[in-house]
Amino acid sequence: MKRYTDPYLAGVGIGLVLLAAYVLVGRGLGASGAFASVVATGTAAVQGTARAAAAPATAPYLQQGLTSMFGDWLVLELAGVIAGGFVSAWLAGRTRRAIEHGPRIDGRQRMYAAVAGGVLMGFGAKLARGCTSGQALTGGALLSAGSWIFIATCFATGYTLAPLARRLWR
Amino acid sequence: MSPLSETGVLGPAGVLLVAPLIGFAFGWFLERGGLGDARKLAGQFYFTDLTVFKVLFSALLTAMLGAFWLDQFGLLDLDLVYLPETFVLPQAAGGVLFGAGFLMGGLCPGTSCVAAAAGRIDGFGIIGGMLLGVAAFNVLFDWIAPFYESTPLGAVTLTDMAGISRGAGVALVTVVALGGFAAAARLERPRP
Repeated sequence: MKRYTDPYLAGVGIGLVLLAAYVLVGRGLGASGAFASVVATGTAAVQGTARAAAAPATAPYLQQGLTSMFGDWLVLELAGVIAGGFVSAWLAGRTRRAIEHGPRIDGRQRMYAAVAGGVLMGFGAKLARGCTSGQALTGGALLSAGSWIFIATCFATGYTLAPLARRLWR
Repeated sequence: MSPLSETGVLGPAGVLLVAPLIGFAFGWFLERGGLGDARKLAGQFYFTDLTVFKVLFSALLTAMLGAFWLDQFGLLDLDLVYLPETFVLPQAAGGVLFGAGFLMGGLCPGTSCVAAAAGRIDGFGIIGGMLLGVAAFNVLFDWIAPFYESTPLGAVTLTDMAGISRGAGVALVTVVALGGFAAAARLERPRP
């Protein structure tokens, strides 16, 4: 198993990728938007496309009906993230079927915490109109005011609650 | 001159073709930097591993400085790059919920995909939770909408708000980030 790249080097790499996105397509990176697109497509499949496309929460993601997801820039980008993450991990010998968890909890408790954390992040990212990729990184580098508000409250909350979540990680 | 999507060099099909390539490189560097490992990310909140801070802010700095100078040299028109709109209260509240979830889950939306791609089951747990959280938001949207649309400021930057030039803002963020990197090096030094 190879060692990880120096974080500053990886960061500069990501920064250049983000810069390339600004230059090529006039937008940045994202992740939660792709999740929103997938959920909208799922909703349309269950409820019927007409109903989901008329609902204000899902309408923006269903401009081309059920096929919208496959023409969504963020969905295609996130598919690339998964592929890139896999190839990198595989070449470094880091692919492994496992549940990463702290020393004081078991895999099952970790999975509950992971799902709960995911729910909070999904809801929070919708409210904030983006996540660590779309707001903190992409908007942050453009000095967007809302992005920096998001960065501030996100990390302030993480550090404030960290002592309470100690059992999960330490 | 760029963005190429705005100058007509890159058509709609070209824009979509670029998406997975950009994503691949993003996922590659996230994994290389160790951001597919939940315990490593959670270490950020206990000052034992500041990888998240280092990667996030060195990436932000690189893109910010790159975009600023390309704009200065007339190679990129920053006014044509999509700037997200600001909604003060919903974004502050969203950050609070997201921060709590990030602490519990140890991975963010993008890095959970990297973790899952490398075989980490907890990454799939985050992905499942994210989908549920977004669905819950959609179900409750009628109630949330007034708050979601509240306190709009438009597509505004920190430098617009402070009434200083973009260059001054870029310089300020650079100095603060470099100070943060120096502090991170001290914080991580093993205590006796």
